[in-house]
Amino acid sequence: MNTTLVVILALAAGTYAFRLVGPVLHGRVTVPPRVQELASAGAVVLLVALLATGALTESGGFAGWARPTGVLVGAALAWRRAPFAVVVLAAAVTTAVLRGVGVG
Amino acid sequence: MRSPHRTTPAPGTDRSLLRDSSLVWLASGIVGVSFGAVSVAGGLPLWVPVLMSLLVYAGSAQFSAVGVLLAGGGPVAAVATGLLLNTRTAAFSLAVAEIIGTNRATRFLGAHLVTDETVAFALAQSDPVRQRRAFWISGLGLFAVWNTGVLAGGLAGSALGDTARYGLDAAFPAVLVALVLPALRADATVRRCALLGAALALTATPAVPAGVPVLLALTGLALHRRPTDRGAAA
Repeated sequence: MNTTLVVILALAAGTYAFRLVGPVLHGRVTVPPRVQELASAGAVVLLVALLATGALTESGGFAGWARPTGVLVGAALAWRRAPFAVVVLAAAVTTAVLRGVGVG
Repeated sequence: MRSPHRTTPAPGTDRSLLRDSSLVWLASGIVGVSFGAVSVAGGLPLWVPVLMSLLVYAGSAQFSAVGVLLAGGGPVAAVATGLLLNTRTAAFSLAVAEIIGTNRATRFLGAHLVTDETVAFALAQSDPVRQRRAFWISGLGLFAVWNTGVLAGGLAGSALGDTARYGLDAAFPAVLVALVLPALRADATVRRCALLGAALALTATPAVPAGVPVLLALTGLALHRRPTDRGAAA
């Protein structure tokens, strides 16, 4: 069989297995409220870590100033309860403009 | 999201869900286009990005796997990197298991739709009904848009150019900020855990393989103690 196809199938099977953990365990074992609580908190912790590393780093190094500045503008707007669309577009436009004027 | 945590659902919720989802779809669609374009421009046949997007359906893992393949890194490295990046989906699937539903078919289909964006979207909603709608609306839409984008990008090749020009790489962290902010505002304990976790992830990033920093962030949960259950293992 084609090596690339094997890579795709192995990656797909492993990823789907990870994704099934929650739905398969749910209802089969009684999850204590404490564990449920930790799972919800864990999801937020993961998402914040994702956004922090995604905003600041690229291939293990600093991502440059344009991206984190854009994210910071979006975050400030989100903090002021600006509409979702405004938050996301402001972040992208800020970064695009900074890159346009030569900020990395 | 604008709706504060734990309040009664506003009327017209589906419309606001659609409106907010559509921005995530638009941004993801363009990233999908660039994934298809990068893969084909790098020399892979069209079926590779298309099949991978349908079956693996995880942006960061797909980019890393194709990156390793194009760099000649070998099949084992390509699979291992992608799987390491996707281990977080196990934790996400636990967090949304209740939201996905209990029906057998729903669980098996819903599991495949567990992504960073869809989980964040669902958890940001204020009540269980809205959470379920948010999961399915944003999840099914994202799947459709992502795969269409990849196919279009693969067909277009490298005509789109460098997508960094559009500032899309800033849009994704901003989406996540907007989605987790209500949870962070509402719960000081979660906020402490998240800040510690993010600090750990950032510190570890230069030293460990991709995917590991975010997993290390989970140790931030050590700060997750309620006054009532001192002594319980965190």
